[in-house]
Amino acid sequence: MKKPGTWLLHGVLMLFALIILAPVVYTFLTSLKLFRDIISGSWAFDPTWRNYEQLFMSNRNSFVDLTRNSLVVGGLTLAVVIAVAALGAYSLSRFKWRRAISGLVMAWLLFVNMLPPIIFVGPFYLIARTLDIYDTPLAIVMAHSILNLPLAFWMLHSFFADVPVELEEAAAIDGCSRLQTFLRIVLPIARPGIAATAVLVFVFSWKEFLFALTLSSTPAAMTIPVGIAGFAQEYNIRYGEMAAAAFFATIPALILVFIAQKHIVKGMTLGALKG
Amino acid sequence: MMATSAVDMTRQQRWRLSTFLDANFQYWALAPILIFLAVLTLYPVGQLLRMSVSDLAFVKGKLEWTYVGLDHFQTLRNDPVVPDALKNTLLFVVVVVCVEAVLGLLLAILVSRARRFAWFYRSVYMIPLLIPPIAIGTIWRLMYDYNYGIINQILFELGLTGPLWTANPDLALVSVMIVDVWHWTSFLFLIMLAGVESLPYELSEAARVDGANEVQVYRHIFFPLLRPTIIVALMLRTILAFKVFDQIFLLTGGGPGTSSEVISLYIYKVYFVQTRLGYGALLALLTAVIMSVFVVFYQWLNNYVNRQR
Repeated sequence: MKKPGTWLLHGVLMLFALIILAPVVYTFLTSLKLFRDIISGSWAFDPTWRNYEQLFMSNRNSFVDLTRNSLVVGGLTLAVVIAVAALGAYSLSRFKWRRAISGLVMAWLLFVNMLPPIIFVGPFYLIARTLDIYDTPLAIVMAHSILNLPLAFWMLHSFFADVPVELEEAAAIDGCSRLQTFLRIVLPIARPGIAATAVLVFVFSWKEFLFALTLSSTPAAMTIPVGIAGFAQEYNIRYGEMAAAAFFATIPALILVFIAQKHIVKGMTLGALKG
Repeated sequence: MMATSAVDMTRQQRWRLSTFLDANFQYWALAPILIFLAVLTLYPVGQLLRMSVSDLAFVKGKLEWTYVGLDHFQTLRNDPVVPDALKNTLLFVVVVVCVEAVLGLLLAILVSRARRFAWFYRSVYMIPLLIPPIAIGTIWRLMYDYNYGIINQILFELGLTGPLWTANPDLALVSVMIVDVWHWTSFLFLIMLAGVESLPYELSEAARVDGANEVQVYRHIFFPLLRPTIIVALMLRTILAFKVFDQIFLLTGGGPGTSSEVISLYIYKVYFVQTRLGYGALLALLTAVIMSVFVVFYQWLNNYVNRQR
């Protein structure tokens, strides 16, 4: 490699990295500013945590409730999705199925993943109202479960396919039933993959806005994105608090990128090219 | 005596049940996912069909259906917003997918050539995909702000007057396109990178030995090999781009007027602002039909490309 070419290459790549990081950094800096520093237009300011205190401590905002809801919804969603997807993925990856059936399930999941979610908003709203779970975390869990099922299924399917068949055969010879083999042999071996899937499902639930918006109406069920959107609809824009809320919602993404990079790539591109 | 035999019975039954369950493990393991799919996708589509020929209202908290036949089709024909929303959605999709594909491919090629810091670039480029889209919208709303936003602040320091961005009918759609490019280029980057990294480098070495330069190697060897990946990625991203909702909801709300109205946002408004559940269902149903054609085509294309490989 020639020197000047390498410098140019890294220069361009760094520029793109800057374009991606700058807005996030800018938001973080804005979240540390008092309103007078935001409107003054000068680059120097005294950092303060006031906006975060406003978000979590004051009566004007209910971010403690919203964070709790986001955690509850994300936690329940990942539990449901992992359980359902793991059983289904194991069944399809290890046992003989007629192509018609396995193909049907795969294609169905592809449709769920690719069709615009707005299609399901109306019926889900009716279901939630009819079952009297509208404006509870449960309604949002219902929607997030089906949204995340394809991703979890594809990821787990590929992880189970990597488990050596010989181990399962050995377990069967030792007298394990199929369920025991699945629970005691396959799941522990696939644990890293399952953990990665679970984290990704959680983050996708944490991010989701459309269903959280349409299935909740009060802080009893509203999640963080819905709360953030609420800021935008107020007449007097509270810039500092908006920035603090946006940055707070971004934190899981920043953590995740550095702990599970490889798995995210897998999750993102798997559904893409296998189908 | 009785008790013992009862215990024996249950033990025997339990044994039989467990053998039965074990023998059919593969079936009942698949059952939950099938039930989920049926209840949460088939049933809703059925509801959508029924809603689209009905008027719905909550009377004292109870849902009441009135059959109206094809009335909503009539409404659709006279709805001036639908053509605008369709036009904006198509324009949005075509522009963002093209820009993101070019940038994504460029970044993938560059990152594959960077020996050092590749992990760093990869991590950073992935970040936008994991940030809640609503937070992305908020971040850009702060930056686009006419008075205090950093974009106009920089333009001001350069001696320029910044535009209104999201509140300007001519720029509203462009503003949300810029945000989408920032958000989704990473996705095409990741897919393209997987393709670029699987390219056979021996082939390019051979070509270089024969005197081909860098540009020729890419043009005559790499691009033909990458073409299937690029086509499938483009198709996939096109389908996903039709989902756009969150950022437009936050940044422009579809306005000013209908200048940045897209189909998902309009359906949301019909449902929850105008509370016309029946008409909204018809629009959702038509969206489902159109997008299903796209998905089927994508599936066919993907299979075709995989067979070619």
